[in-house]
Amino acid sequence: MSFSHFTGRRTKVRRSIMEGFDPLLSIAVALLLIIGTLLVYAATRSWYGSLGLDPQYYVKRHIFNILIGGVLAFGTTLIDYRLLRAYTPIVWGIGVIGLLAVLIPGIGREINGARGWISLPGGFQVQPAELAKISIIIGLSMLLSERLHDGDQPSSNDVLQGLAIAAIPIALILVQPDMGTVLIISASVVTIIAVSGAPSRWVVGLLLVALLGGFTAVKLGVVNDYQLKRLQSFVDPTADPQSSGYQLRQSRITVGSGGLIGKGLFNGPQTNGRFVPEQQTDFIFTVAGEEFGFLGSGAILLLFLVILVRGFRIARRSQDAFGRLVCTGVISWFAFQAFENIGMTMGLMPMTGVPLPFMSYGGSSMFANLIGIGLLQNIHARQRG
Amino acid sequence: MNQRSRLSLVVVQALILSLMLALFGRLFYLQVGAGPKYRDAALSIQSRDIVNPATRGMIVDSSGVPLALNRVGLAVTVDRSIIDQQADKGGAVLSRTAKLLGLSYSDVYRRTRLCGELAKGNQLGCWTGTRYQPIPITKDADPTKALAIVEKADLFPGIDAMPVAVRNYPGIDGVNAAHELGYVGPLTESDLTVANETKYYRSESIGKAGLEYQYDSYLRGKPGIRTVIVDRKEAVTRESQNTKSIPGDHVVTSLDVRLQASTERALADAVMRARSSGYRGDAGAAVVMDVKTGRILAMASYPTYDPNIWEKGLTVKQAKDMFSENTGVPALSRVLQGLYAPASTFKAVSLVAAANAGYDLNGTYSCPAQVSVGNRDFQNFESKAQGRLTMKKAIAISCDTIWYQIAFDEWIRDGGLSPKKSANDYFFAAARGFQIAQKTGIDLPSESSGRVPDRQWRNDWYQQNKEYFCNYQAQAQKNQLTPFLIALAKENCIDGDKIRGGDAVNFSIGQGDTVLTPLKLTQMYAAIANGGKIWQPTIAQAIVKTNGAIVKKFKPTVIGTLPATAATLEFLRGALREVVVSGTAAGVFSGFPVAVSGKTGTAEVFGLNKNGTKKDNTSWFASFGPTDKPRYAVLMMVSQGGFGASTSAVGVRKIYETLFGVVGSKVDPKKALFPEGPPTTLPRISSTTKVKMP
Repeated sequence: MSFSHFTGRRTKVRRSIMEGFDPLLSIAVALLLIIGTLLVYAATRSWYGSLGLDPQYYVKRHIFNILIGGVLAFGTTLIDYRLLRAYTPIVWGIGVIGLLAVLIPGIGREINGARGWISLPGGFQVQPAELAKISIIIGLSMLLSERLHDGDQPSSNDVLQGLAIAAIPIALILVQPDMGTVLIISASVVTIIAVSGAPSRWVVGLLLVALLGGFTAVKLGVVNDYQLKRLQSFVDPTADPQSSGYQLRQSRITVGSGGLIGKGLFNGPQTNGRFVPEQQTDFIFTVAGEEFGFLGSGAILLLFLVILVRGFRIARRSQDAFGRLVCTGVISWFAFQAFENIGMTMGLMPMTGVPLPFMSYGGSSMFANLIGIGLLQNIHARQRG
Repeated sequence: MNQRSRLSLVVVQALILSLMLALFGRLFYLQVGAGPKYRDAALSIQSRDIVNPATRGMIVDSSGVPLALNRVGLAVTVDRSIIDQQADKGGAVLSRTAKLLGLSYSDVYRRTRLCGELAKGNQLGCWTGTRYQPIPITKDADPTKALAIVEKADLFPGIDAMPVAVRNYPGIDGVNAAHELGYVGPLTESDLTVANETKYYRSESIGKAGLEYQYDSYLRGKPGIRTVIVDRKEAVTRESQNTKSIPGDHVVTSLDVRLQASTERALADAVMRARSSGYRGDAGAAVVMDVKTGRILAMASYPTYDPNIWEKGLTVKQAKDMFSENTGVPALSRVLQGLYAPASTFKAVSLVAAANAGYDLNGTYSCPAQVSVGNRDFQNFESKAQGRLTMKKAIAISCDTIWYQIAFDEWIRDGGLSPKKSANDYFFAAARGFQIAQKTGIDLPSESSGRVPDRQWRNDWYQQNKEYFCNYQAQAQKNQLTPFLIALAKENCIDGDKIRGGDAVNFSIGQGDTVLTPLKLTQMYAAIANGGKIWQPTIAQAIVKTNGAIVKKFKPTVIGTLPATAATLEFLRGALREVVVSGTAAGVFSGFPVAVSGKTGTAEVFGLNKNGTKKDNTSWFASFGPTDKPRYAVLMMVSQGGFGASTSAVGVRKIYETLFGVVGSKVDPKKALFPEGPPTTLPRISSTTKVKMP
């Protein structure tokens, strides 16, 4: 398989790349980042304050992450995405190496039952799975669009190759195990394959395989105890009051108690009492639910909706298959991850440890999300030329 | 873009938009639809009530002398939030404290555990309150030991000593009144969960028996509540409300400490007297009632117990003794829970029945040694023939056979074993008129109701037991298969549903299946004394606020009238006077300077004691006085106490001596308890009111 014969049509970047950005998309993302920053602060200020530590510890790091992410996103927009295809093998390779490194004792760290982090000097940690999402989306999109000319459709061979490209990092994430990320990437992969115009038997088949795989995994005990517990407590939240069921119940109560208008920023007793664990990361939406109420948290959903709608618009208007597939992949990733995360806090989805895009505290996820936005803007900016 | 791609993209968009729509729907349901439910759930997660119980109201006698009040005790308390932080969870500190106080470590450990922390079935003695209040190990610590804890605070981190309110029954003038006052105790889980209108707080004490239970809603007051908001680690983050407690109201009773103490002594003496005469004397009761109001002036039950043991912390042995047969079940109030055959005291009812049936009260009647009913002879008391007697004399010397004859004649007249539809049943009717089968309605919990074995009762009883009697030989235990019992069962199987001649005869002298409480008999004799009014007995007179304002006055209530004409009652009172002048109680009251009237009773009791001995007779004396202007009904009963006169009548005489101020054979008006009758105005209430000795 060769990636080297790429030749793309160069588009002149007139004056500033920024002018080519979709402003609505940028504004929606910026608003989510600002609200997310407030929520991270609300979730951690009284907790750290009561421990005699710097109440702004988390929010400072969060802003720092956003700034780095912003730079990365902007960097992503600078190179024409069609040129990016050339670097696809490298991006993919880095992702796989990162995922492998995580599994090496001494390098990888286990948090909440999943071996998904690499410790870096200075107390920083990287979560390769987050960045691997981008590798998979780009790699798969490239493969499926490579031999594609308008009007054609990928052959079964192309789909098989694409699946192989996706399956390697997914398998590595499954080993950690990080079921949430696996679920979201798998959903994105199926979506990309569907939009690529691949034969529908592939789409239907993959969906069936996913269902069957999930079922047998549970039956054969491939799924770890803690994963099963999380899934079971989703079905019956009272089964294990001290652990995951407790989290789900607290989370739902916290969101529900916000009511229509919420308790006001920094005024949520559930949040300030830290009744919901991990509320600055995976359960950040509970803070919004409690402190901003239905009006505020509904607005957050609307902002996500804006991002998705604008993302699809870019996908539809994309002049080449690669751009369309990357867009689709990024958008479905955001959509599934937001749905899984918010659905989990409201008891609609089982508990899996995935962060809320643009809002949860956590560098790797923030970087990946913003790079994803960078990709969308990159494609958008080059649609005019 | 090819057609399939385009279509797929539309489908994907629709799918993802519907996911977002689902989130919106769920969010709306959680926050707007079910919002109030989750708000309540959140509140119960975050808030903790710290209850500061109100000062309980006092219970005082009719002149304001305290019967129940609050004493300041020295509590040694444990702060769980501190000891739980210690490396050994407070083990060393608790064992040091237990050693200092002379308590066992396991007791102390248990008293400081929340009930939920201990295994089910092993929660006896656990702390029913919350973790956020100091948990008392004892409320009655020795001050020097408590001081040692405060001084060496470094040795006792998390342990503190503080003054607390302790319910106290001061026993002024030797008064006990345990059964009437009751006691207070911690709330149980069922108090908290039972759906009632009263909202209790976990650390409150509530009345568990007696007046403490009956008037708990007044006595308890309103506790102060401090609500704090806590975080997940139970650390207090802020205070959300803080209300002051409102002290409970006082209960003014009609009891008189002096009379109560004297009545208790007279009862205990009577029991001892019975025992020294060779009777078992296992229990007793005594009541003094104002016949004009039904108010209880004194009430005693024997055996009794120290009402303060509950607050001191009941040991397992004390708790067992309270309900043990070996100690005579001190927890039971014989006055209103004990049921006994009234025996000859019931002749007052029979006399009313005879009068209503048209018998000439001024005629003479034969009092033979025995009366034959069917194939059985019913003996007179001690089988003595007394010749022809006036009705008055028959009551005075307690002739039985005259009643046998009248009751048997009436039974025949009513149709005997094939009763008429319109049977007169004068005896049953009179008993119902005296309300024997009803509760008196006294303002104390757990009263028993008496029993009139009339036709209806007999039939119900038969329906329940028919199967057993008719298959007696198959169902009875081996030692019950005596020829007599087998014959009895056979008889019961054949016509157990009918009132037989023997039943009618037994009923006329208060034997057989007739039982009542001593309080009921007092109520009946009070009604005879006052001209026929059946008063509902009361102990509480009023509820008074701490500032003296009257919350509520309890008015005496008439709940019935005796089924007798004024003339019949007049005759009955004369006959009861004759008992004391020339009859069975004449000896006991000889030389007594105040004219009183009454009736002795000596009831046969069937069955065996635990050790196999036959049960001794129940000794009764029911009375009222003074004879000409009756004011007090005084009754005493000693279970297995022997004769009515020698055991109970002597005790009653002692109570009258206190009431009227009798010294030797003279009345000293200065020593009379109520020269102008029992107090009619409410006293001033103070915890320091002293007893006025006449």
